[in-house]
Amino acid sequence: MATKKFRCKVCGYVHEGDTAPAVCPVCKALASEFEEMGAPAKKKLDTNSNVYTLVYAAVMVIVVAFLLAFVNSSLRTRQNENIKQDTKKQILAALHVNNVTDVNAEFARYVKADRLLDADGQLGETVPEADFATSYEKEVKERGRLHVFECEVNGEMKYVIPVYGTGLWGAVWGYVALDDDKDTVFGVYFSHASETPGLGAEIAGQPFWDEFPGKRVLDNAGSSVALGVMKNGKVENPASEVDGISGGTITSNGVDQMLKNCLANYMKFLTIKE
Amino acid sequence: MSQLFSKKNKEALTSPIGMNNPVTVQVLGICSALAVTAKLEPAIVMGLSVTVITAFSNVIISLLRHTIPNRIRIIVQLVVVAALVTIVSEILKAYAYDVSVQLSVYVGLIITNCILMGRLEAFAMTNAPWPSFLDGIGNGLGYALILIVVGFLRELLGSGAILGHSVIPQAFYDAGYLNNGLMLMPPMALIILACIIWWQRSRHKELQDK
Repeated sequence: MATKKFRCKVCGYVHEGDTAPAVCPVCKALASEFEEMGAPAKKKLDTNSNVYTLVYAAVMVIVVAFLLAFVNSSLRTRQNENIKQDTKKQILAALHVNNVTDVNAEFARYVKADRLLDADGQLGETVPEADFATSYEKEVKERGRLHVFECEVNGEMKYVIPVYGTGLWGAVWGYVALDDDKDTVFGVYFSHASETPGLGAEIAGQPFWDEFPGKRVLDNAGSSVALGVMKNGKVENPASEVDGISGGTITSNGVDQMLKNCLANYMKFLTIKE
Repeated sequence: MSQLFSKKNKEALTSPIGMNNPVTVQVLGICSALAVTAKLEPAIVMGLSVTVITAFSNVIISLLRHTIPNRIRIIVQLVVVAALVTIVSEILKAYAYDVSVQLSVYVGLIITNCILMGRLEAFAMTNAPWPSFLDGIGNGLGYALILIVVGFLRELLGSGAILGHSVIPQAFYDAGYLNNGLMLMPPMALIILACIIWWQRSRHKELQDK
């Protein structure tokens, strides 16, 4: 084994051996003052040079990009499955089915079919389970598909219609369950991406949802959507309108617009009486 | 083991909870303190997430501190924090979906929280990983403490509830008591925060400006 050389940083004395001496024989400095010579003479990189900075930035960006891409692609299938289950849970919540543990089984029990409306507003094609959609805004805007979930709760036929819109800070969405007269609300579920906690975010809560059951979707003439959310205390048509969240006016208006716009797409379906 | 919790390290952990609190003394992270304290639950969630993220980003930056080019250090810190938060949120989305839904609102707020940048710049850039980790935990907890106090007061006075459960008896409302809706507005968080700072400074003369 080749002997190493150690140099005392205090006086410059050079010691040869496997380790640094306990005390420098010249100046009595401790072993910690010795540094190894020859071998990696601790190259001090100039961390302020332009080249170093550029290379550092480039390497960092590439490493982080690969890391994020890797994490994203390796977790994507799991995430998608979670999102699907969550969507199913939300649809079940609109049907007053809460606290489910096995989402897929419960969903299959209550939701009989995921149907698409045809041009005449009749229930048409059935969407296979594998093609279960999670963004109904995309479904309508990009593929022109209007979904209706045919459900059965306690032997009664219910229809669940997905709705989507915008609140104050971001997206709001929900599911509206109707009785088989296609007019009376059976239950609703709303959620949001980033509304203000304590104010607009209250739309995602049971007290607000509980205002909806029994309301009528269509106005008396049956020609437009009357179901909506009014400013707290401004309800004029209690058969179809509910109180908004006080302090969350913009979010409440967002829900109102969402219901009117999305349900309007279903007008043909809603007005066909069998 | 004794070295791991030397006096200096202990101080890195405990001083931010009291005398060097990131919110009331360093005046960092005020904006998110306003945004998430209308209710107690989001305040707790936000406090814990910031604690975890500050601790780990402190460690990473502390490990890299000798290599980071001085001129782009803030960008490097930001990239580390953003990457860390994104990865954590991706993992939560895959393995703890309910938690990730709860947190989704805060992810952006965590990245831009000035406590993170403040601690990275002031502590992790010049200290070893272990003290930096403790500093991150300490500052996160100090931040969480303030958030929880403010969130508790705002939810109690604004909604008459704690963690979503009503605590004010109906008899009070019957007697004419009203929830203070102003408490739910962001300005009230600022006023409560100012009261806490007032209380703290009146008790500790050394914190008072000359």
